[in-house]
Amino acid sequence: MTEAITAVAHDQHEHPPAGIMRWLTTTNHKDLGILYMSFGGIMFFIGGAFIMAVRAELLFPGLQLLSPGMYNQLFTLHALIMVFGAIMPFATGLNNYLIPLMIGAPDMALPRVNNWGFWILPFAAVLLLIPFFLQFFGIGSGATAAGWVMHNTSLDLQSGIGIDFAIFTIHLLGLSSLTGAINVVVTVLNMRAPGMTLMKIPLFVWAWLITAFMLILVIPVFSAAATMLLTDRHFGTHFFDAANGGDPILLQHLIWFFGHPEVYIVLLPAWGLIPHILATFSRKPVYGYRAQVYALWAICFLSFIVWSHHMLTSGLPLAAEVYFMYATMAISIPTSVLVFCWLGAIWRGAMTFETPMLFALGFVAHFGMGALTGLILPDVAVNAQYHNSYVIVSHFHYTFFGGGIFGMMAALYYWLPKFTGHMFDEKLGRLHFWLTTIFFNMTFIPQWFAGLDGMPRHIADYALRFSTFNLISSVGAFSLGLSQLLLVYIVVRCVRGDGPKATGQVWEGAQGLEFTVPSPLPYHTFETPPEVK
Amino acid sequence: MELTDAAIHDESAIQMWLAPLSCCNPRHETASSREIRQIAKQLPLWIGMVFFLFASEPACAKSIWDFQEPVTPIARDSIAASVDFLRIIMGIYVVVFAVFAYSLFKHRKSSGAQPGTFTKPGTKWQWALAISPFLLLIYIDYIWMGIPAFHAIAKMEDTRTAAEMVVKVTASQWKWQYEYPEENIKFVSTIATKQDQIHNKEAKGAHYLQEVDNPLILPTNKKVRILLTSTDVIHSWWVPSFGVKRDAVPGYLREMWVNIEKPGTYRGQCAQLCGDGHAFMPIVVEAIAEPQFTEWVAKKKAEGSTAKTAADKVWSREELMAKGDEIYNGICITCHQAGGKGIPGAFPALAGSKIVNGPFLDKGGRLIKDGHLDRVMNGKPGTAMQAFKNTFSDTEIAAIVTYERNSFGNHMGDMVQPSQVKALR
Repeated sequence: MTEAITAVAHDQHEHPPAGIMRWLTTTNHKDLGILYMSFGGIMFFIGGAFIMAVRAELLFPGLQLLSPGMYNQLFTLHALIMVFGAIMPFATGLNNYLIPLMIGAPDMALPRVNNWGFWILPFAAVLLLIPFFLQFFGIGSGATAAGWVMHNTSLDLQSGIGIDFAIFTIHLLGLSSLTGAINVVVTVLNMRAPGMTLMKIPLFVWAWLITAFMLILVIPVFSAAATMLLTDRHFGTHFFDAANGGDPILLQHLIWFFGHPEVYIVLLPAWGLIPHILATFSRKPVYGYRAQVYALWAICFLSFIVWSHHMLTSGLPLAAEVYFMYATMAISIPTSVLVFCWLGAIWRGAMTFETPMLFALGFVAHFGMGALTGLILPDVAVNAQYHNSYVIVSHFHYTFFGGGIFGMMAALYYWLPKFTGHMFDEKLGRLHFWLTTIFFNMTFIPQWFAGLDGMPRHIADYALRFSTFNLISSVGAFSLGLSQLLLVYIVVRCVRGDGPKATGQVWEGAQGLEFTVPSPLPYHTFETPPEVK
Repeated sequence: MELTDAAIHDESAIQMWLAPLSCCNPRHETASSREIRQIAKQLPLWIGMVFFLFASEPACAKSIWDFQEPVTPIARDSIAASVDFLRIIMGIYVVVFAVFAYSLFKHRKSSGAQPGTFTKPGTKWQWALAISPFLLLIYIDYIWMGIPAFHAIAKMEDTRTAAEMVVKVTASQWKWQYEYPEENIKFVSTIATKQDQIHNKEAKGAHYLQEVDNPLILPTNKKVRILLTSTDVIHSWWVPSFGVKRDAVPGYLREMWVNIEKPGTYRGQCAQLCGDGHAFMPIVVEAIAEPQFTEWVAKKKAEGSTAKTAADKVWSREELMAKGDEIYNGICITCHQAGGKGIPGAFPALAGSKIVNGPFLDKGGRLIKDGHLDRVMNGKPGTAMQAFKNTFSDTEIAAIVTYERNSFGNHMGDMVQPSQVKALR
């Protein structure tokens, strides 16, 4: 009798409700991982579409398509969507899907919180975008146009509902990120399989554990800054209002105290993924595990004490400028530990170059450029030339796109056969890699030189001397955007099961608990924890 | 065997790392290091040539791959430091990724490579090899580039020592006001590019978007201390040739300095996102020799006193309309657009506007709150409409209000005298 009941209960457990209710009510980490990743993917294309319009406006000097106000909205939304809507949710999706598998746990520690954390996101995205669409019906003056870090006191910059909607979006996104982060910390600290000590967990899990701590520390600061802005705008406080004794630079300090760790929140998950992929396709164990764990912690710590290098032209005192310069330079040390460990990972391996490996190597090459250009930027005197110019735009796209997005794509191709049970089209995957690499560089190399030549950021129209750079960059950007459609095609075909069946191991050299279970994964895994030696 | 291999590798690696350092110490330069240095020096050139194939434009200035021509001591320091730093990072990139590339070609499964099982450096030499890049990095960060950087900052921040004159820059959306406090000269500088050029109805001029009505005039070979502030949001004053960029923060004074060594016209623009007109806030500085500068000051002072007497005289409608037309097309048009049409949802139209077509003074001769004159003089808080009494003279305010009340189909028929504005300040 008891056996029968268990069997029935187990049976129901195995088969979630069908249709939309499955996705609305699911507490399964794999379902939520897929939801997060799909959401990230959709937002990636929305944010991409916005920047296509921006690049179209910049194709030639003069105003052709957009008013300056619309232009400002589009690049602001592009940044907010890409950082908070695309990269972060996609990385959260990966952690949801992979962390329980990698540490041998049946699910995340707080499944219902997990569900709630995800379902906040679509509403946050709608909230962010509503004012943008309402303006076409004559309501309000459009979405926030203050740049993603609201670097300027938005009090006088923009009236209307745009910034207020963005503030509430920030609150919702903050809640979602916090729930996700707490979930990661609780899961990793409590639900590891027997024998899996902290110094045995995969680097991706370490990277996410550290990311989660960073999120828990900085999200409240971001939310507080947004709330202070809200009360300044509507409830008569004067935190940032110079006319009434406030300090506009305070907002920059608060936002960047969040914003600099945020850069690493975007990058750390990718840094955690890359060693796995390099090791797999070099058929070697991970190189320098301890060194990488310590380097990640060092970067986490340093990221909290360097924020003002984003505001070196704002008139900081000399002592602060010197401090932030030297402190920032220190980040190059742990970062290069990571780079040399990646080199160690492939050295004397037996490499093959499947799509995920290509993207991982592309990540290393591009992130290397982003990191090395970052070595120059803290030099305060020279920074006066670079700051708020296209040099910065080029630099941080090498870290965010060349690092973050390339990392996420490597991860997607690496685990896609695991998720779907089918291999993707390898030829198309490689084509996608080469198109992305070529057009990515075509887009952002000219921006570096436009910046050196004196082109400021955020301008809707530019002087004639910057024409050539912008023309090349725009053509590169359109091609880069178009080649991402290939990714959609590859993923859709793989999900529909068009490719050959994938084995549990998927890749010849793959290591880790997630490759000990069959592909596609059963709905529940590791209900009995595996033993780790 | 492995040990000797590593040793040889290590030695050559160290030599390569040290090669660029020899430029700090030219006396100890060896033939081979000179060669390596030569190659390192040419690297940016090669890479530049690749990009040049990408984007060759014969008309471009020769400095197009680098900063604009430096004309102040700070700009010269910056460009030198930037070029050094770019060489260093290119050197690092090439060396590190040459090792990567070697591995990618050598350690392939298809060429029969057997995977190693090591997870950390094994021998003493390998440890030394692993640690040396970090020592080098520390040397680059804190000594090679770090020490000159410190001196450069100290120099940049020392705005007061031997400063010979002061200029105050007040930023507003979207124009700059320049003030010479010692000479009592003050004027506003706005974009001179015509709207038709921006909207592609007319061919673009050579200095499209980088031309202004009243450039800032500065003497050459004089240390000029520049004070910066803003009346609304944060702006940033940047002329690439001067190598300085500093934010103009409302409610605070920031400072920097320039010492222009070469006469000429230098162009830049606002570098901090400051709203819809951010791209249309150029800076033009004309640097002239000391004698011409003294002449200019004298001329400007004379103009100033005429402006003062102008405020006391009674102006005719035609005079005010003509002056108003000039100001409207220079400044107001940026938001309120040609013909006073405005941009729906963003900037209100003036044609047929209730405010423009309404009274502006009450029976006692005081400003009506939110009336036409009040709006122009005191602005509308929280919007781009600022208090123009801070930047406009009495005559200019009188002219613009009179002009708006009698243009774009508005037929109020009345006018405002500069003396009235003066009394209402």
